[in-house]
Amino acid sequence: MNVLVAMSGGVDSSVAAALLLEAGHDVTGVTMRLWGGESDSGCCSVSDVDDARRVAQQLGVDHFVFNFADEFIAGVVEPYVAAHEAGLTPNPCVACNHVIKFDRLFRRAEALGFDAVATGHHARVVAEGGRWRLRRAADGAKDQSYVLHMLDQATLARTLLPVGELTKAEVRDRAAALGLRTAAKPDSQEVCFIRKGGRQGFLADRLAFTPGRVVDRAGEHLGDVPAVELVTIGQRRGLGLEGGTAPRYAMSVDIASATVVVGGPEDLLVESIAMGDLTWVDGPVRGDVLAQCSAHGVPRAAIFGDGTLQFAVPSRRVAPGQTVALYRGDDVLGGGIAV
Amino acid sequence: MTAYLDHAATSPLRPEALEAMLPWLAGRHGNSTGVHGPARRARQAVEEARDEVAALLGCSAREVVFTSGGTEADNLAVAGRTGSLVCSAIEHHAVLDPVVAAGGWTIPVSSEGAVEVDAIPPGADFVSVMAVNNETGVCQPLAAVRAAAPDAVFHTDAVQAAPWVDVAEVAACADLVSVSAHKFGGPQGVGALIVREGVPVTALLRGGGQERERRSGTHNVAGIVGFATALRLAADRATANERLALLRDRLVDGLVASVPGTRETGDRARKVPGICSLVFDGIEGEALLVLLDREGIAASAASSCASGAVDPSHVLMAMGVDRALAFGSLRLSLGWDTTEAEVDQALAVVPAAVQQLRRHAA
Repeated sequence: MNVLVAMSGGVDSSVAAALLLEAGHDVTGVTMRLWGGESDSGCCSVSDVDDARRVAQQLGVDHFVFNFADEFIAGVVEPYVAAHEAGLTPNPCVACNHVIKFDRLFRRAEALGFDAVATGHHARVVAEGGRWRLRRAADGAKDQSYVLHMLDQATLARTLLPVGELTKAEVRDRAAALGLRTAAKPDSQEVCFIRKGGRQGFLADRLAFTPGRVVDRAGEHLGDVPAVELVTIGQRRGLGLEGGTAPRYAMSVDIASATVVVGGPEDLLVESIAMGDLTWVDGPVRGDVLAQCSAHGVPRAAIFGDGTLQFAVPSRRVAPGQTVALYRGDDVLGGGIAV
Repeated sequence: MTAYLDHAATSPLRPEALEAMLPWLAGRHGNSTGVHGPARRARQAVEEARDEVAALLGCSAREVVFTSGGTEADNLAVAGRTGSLVCSAIEHHAVLDPVVAAGGWTIPVSSEGAVEVDAIPPGADFVSVMAVNNETGVCQPLAAVRAAAPDAVFHTDAVQAAPWVDVAEVAACADLVSVSAHKFGGPQGVGALIVREGVPVTALLRGGGQERERRSGTHNVAGIVGFATALRLAADRATANERLALLRDRLVDGLVASVPGTRETGDRARKVPGICSLVFDGIEGEALLVLLDREGIAASAASSCASGAVDPSHVLMAMGVDRALAFGSLRLSLGWDTTEAEVDQALAVVPAAVQQLRRHAA
């Protein structure tokens, strides 16, 4: 097949390209330039482009750079800022996969005549009974199927995730055996477009923070926060509360009234949550599911139906805006956003 | 076969230039500042090349400062300038960035790509306007610029002009003139800034005091020799220009006729012969370049950043082309060894590639 492999300059996508080549595919590498802002850290810095290009040269495959900066800003960065402004907790990596890698890049690849797009994600695409399944990676600790939950049949049919069958250690071994310069490169961390000053510094440049009151469930004023936009559900520290009491956590954030309500650990538990923006790997599913509510969260048994996720046992709140991926066993069913 | 249609990025080395360079790459090895025989011979080669370059560019040998290329020449021209600095909005970044960094600002251009001379502020201390734009090929009205700023230090980036026009004539009115050898069949990594007698420059590189203290650093002897040889060959341009203008016209007219929604950017009547600059509705130049590469056509979008990604062209946007369309640019540039077959190949491949991309954009 004629395969376009998205090469971030990291070890996983480097090995993905090498594996595709070994499998006999006609491989072309591409690095997306997504963010030229002051952070210039994550998947799109010039040094990462250089690493990707050098690996492509080493493998003897063509390599191009696609400038998707406009789409990244409009489809990932601006929604990220807007979500905080609305008191939500967004997952920009999910948005990037949805809007950039598995949409913008896919359309570009299709227009250029490629049969498939490959990435270095740790997850598995499996053909079964004429349908495509998206499955957790062989390396459970590195599994990234959560951020790919939006892939549908049409996309999966043209997606290759070559490192999904390998453990991270195996990936590094392969890279080292091939002498790839990225073999020992550390894993990327956090949100790629944020570096200096962290999330707070990044958002401070882009939105006006609202000072807020912290109250208990009875409405008693317990403290103050400088920015309600930065408070995440479940947060314990940084709420301006006096010590010496039982731990209290942010239970809800109301931007309009600039109020954070806190409660004890028991108040954090809910029986169900509502989900929106649902996508499905192979059509809508109801009934028993395992719900993963954060990138590395432990799956929770639940029943899904009519946009409601009913937990099997009272379960920790999920911050509105967070991605919830639904599984059955290791298979991804789909997912959505906690409302 | 690869049709190499990217001469404005870099033109293949002329065989005669290579021939002239070879002894200085293998065999002869003097440092031109030394005392001994090998050094004296290297110095002689540099000075003979300097004489030839000076004669061809219409200046005295003392006015030639050899540099590492066009970017260094441009930076040297701007370095240390104070007061009111202006440059055209369509300058190469090697001019634009240092001018803006020095607090200068830009002069607009018309929709046809020519600088608006009336917008040059009276009393500007430093004015930089390129002789020929690298993306559109449009010649700029240098004499009018000089007339509008008679007292300014006037720099012209003639990097894209040197392959096509007589720099001695066109840039006679400028105080500082940049050229680069690899645009006309010389080697990469060598160029020059002409500094007219009495015009001060602030050295960027200090050290051994070469180039009359204006540019220290061991001479790139082979490069300088290749530069002079290529410039001499390029100066015999009448026949080549005529041939390439015809080829370019056939290319532009053919593409505009066969691909709906295609527009030539810049006024062709004011263009140098070898540049075909187009924008296509509804496609991305970045994708087009990949398809063309796969079909054996080496071309450029209007501008590329260091990472290799394609940015919307600041030149086209300065000409009023909207941002989306500025992403859909293609520059095919011809040069001394371009053949009819290469142009035919482009005429055959480009329309199909554009159609393929449009089909998927719909």
